[in-house]
Amino acid sequence: MEPLLLPPIPDYHRIEVYEAHDGYAMLKKALAMKPVEITNEVKASKLRGRGGACFPTGLKWSFMPRESAKPKYLCVNGDESEPGTFKDRQIFECNPHQLIEGTIIACYAMGIKAAYLYVRGEYKHWIDIVQKAVDDAYAHGYIGQNILGSGFSTEFTVHRGAGAYICGEESSLMNSVEGERGYPRVKPPFPAQNGLWGCPTTINNVETIANIPVILRIGAVAYSKIGAERHPGPILVGVSGHVNKPGVYEMPTGVPLLEIINTYAGGVPGNKKIKAVIPGGSSTMVLRGDALDGVCMDAESLKAAGSAVGTAGVIVMDEDTDLVKVLWRIARFYHHESCGQCTPCREGTGWMEKILKRFVDNNGSYADIDLLRDVANNIEGNTICALGDAAAWPVQSVIRTFRGEFERRVRG
Amino acid sequence: MNTSENNTGLSEANLRRIEQLKAHYQNPQSVLLEALWMWQGEHGWISEEGMRYVANLVGAPHHHVLGVVTFYTMFNRKPVGRHKLEVCTNVSCMLRNSERLLNHLEARLQIKTGETTPDNRFTLVEAECLGSCGTAPAMQVGDRYYENLDTAKVDKILDELK
Ligand SMILES: Cc1cc2nc3c(=O)[nH]c(=O)nc-3n(C[C@H](O)[C@H](O)[C@H](O)COP(=O)(O)O)c2cc1C
Repeated sequence: MEPLLLPPIPDYHRIEVYEAHDGYAMLKKALAMKPVEITNEVKASKLRGRGGACFPTGLKWSFMPRESAKPKYLCVNGDESEPGTFKDRQIFECNPHQLIEGTIIACYAMGIKAAYLYVRGEYKHWIDIVQKAVDDAYAHGYIGQNILGSGFSTEFTVHRGAGAYICGEESSLMNSVEGERGYPRVKPPFPAQNGLWGCPTTINNVETIANIPVILRIGAVAYSKIGAERHPGPILVGVSGHVNKPGVYEMPTGVPLLEIINTYAGGVPGNKKIKAVIPGGSSTMVLRGDALDGVCMDAESLKAAGSAVGTAGVIVMDEDTDLVKVLWRIARFYHHESCGQCTPCREGTGWMEKILKRFVDNNGSYADIDLLRDVANNIEGNTICALGDAAAWPVQSVIRTFRGEFERRVRG
Repeated sequence: MNTSENNTGLSEANLRRIEQLKAHYQNPQSVLLEALWMWQGEHGWISEEGMRYVANLVGAPHHHVLGVVTFYTMFNRKPVGRHKLEVCTNVSCMLRNSERLLNHLEARLQIKTGETTPDNRFTLVEAECLGSCGTAPAMQVGDRYYENLDTAKVDKILDELK
């Protein structure tokens, strides 16, 4: 597959280079279309969001009211704080203009007059790259008033976060843009009715939006034929942990995990066996290394395997990995990042961290294994946002598939 | 970084930028994080005085600003060393030996994680996932990322950070 999201063109992040390769041609094309035609194209492409939930993007856009007395908004989610995830950063660095072009097309399709790109505070270096691209795009007439003489106007603001994983959750993100603590909101109402400042709002991931110009360029039908039938398109897969060549790889959806690990990422150092794989960032269920045959990087395949695509951040652990310690580190993360609003998550994540620490120190008991599972079960489904589920899933899955690891620790 | 305490307020350039930014949002309170970033950039940390100043600037009550400052982990609520070393120890870095890096830094700086060296040059902290999983292990120092680290590289970086 020819790279569609990260083309290997030198200096592609510079506006002149992007323009020289037909950059912003899809914005021109879009502005000559009816807005609803664009949403229909995105629907027909079967693009599903790359932010973690695989939600159909065209469908999400169609939830936005056509007529609205209030202004409408787009938030582009570049919070990228899920452990094991480092793909949006690659778009900021190598292809910011495709992100901007996709954003303006999305605004036009939904009748939106202001877009906010929310980027995690740690990514200052990449914020500067994107801000430069935004300034250049304004100067070239691709953003702002009367874009390319079409009569359509929209603004684009880069908004810097300040260190909070929870701000990647869409309603926390909106609160953060409003200058609030990043607390998730209760849904319903959904953002398309009641989002930023109470106005209709769509939230999409950075990679999702970078796909929009691709769909217009190659056409929805061709796009829908890339990769997995029910979850098509190019996808950025980040591979980290015990592999010879960690990094972000663009590929069609549906590539077998073993091919991703062994071919794209160069295999496991020392040819060791794979003990476990986290397929889509720390929030997804952990898979056993000996159960990877036939499991592919797409929503249906990973669901059938008992996990999820999430952010396509593949974390590989070799046979010598202390899985209990890894799980403790993950639990510590969720405890640290829990916003504290919901009791099951605020208290439960702390309990899970504490119990897991007992196992790390070889002080856990058999009863602790069940207690850990109970705590996880009591968090799942009982919180305002999905951070609670995200904290519970890895714990539940490791107890289910690697119970022996805990039992060995009990014996000491 | 200017850490002088008698320098109150924000620079003229930053104040102008804040006023421009307010026009990008429905509610001026949206510039709160940016104003706090500016304060921290000019003063090194966010003092009580800083919170009152920023509250005034964005038109939010002081208790609101306090709530926001304490929510976001990147805001320093007490003075830190000239260089804040934030070592990622989350899974992808952990699998590539970030623990050894942290131990090495503690030994070399003779401080524990969370502390500042007596000469005020370095503060050492643990960070959550920095998004450097493909270039692990990594640490952040100020706005800059250092990646694919080992102890020799860390030693060299410390020598360069005066
Ligand atoms: C705790 C938590 C953190 C999240 N972090 C991110 C993130 O950093 N980036 C992102 O795009 N989506 C994140 N999401 C998912 C968003 O809520 C939302 O579903 C997504 O941005 C929608 O974009 P998409 O439809 O294009 O995938 C997070 C969700 C949760 C529950």
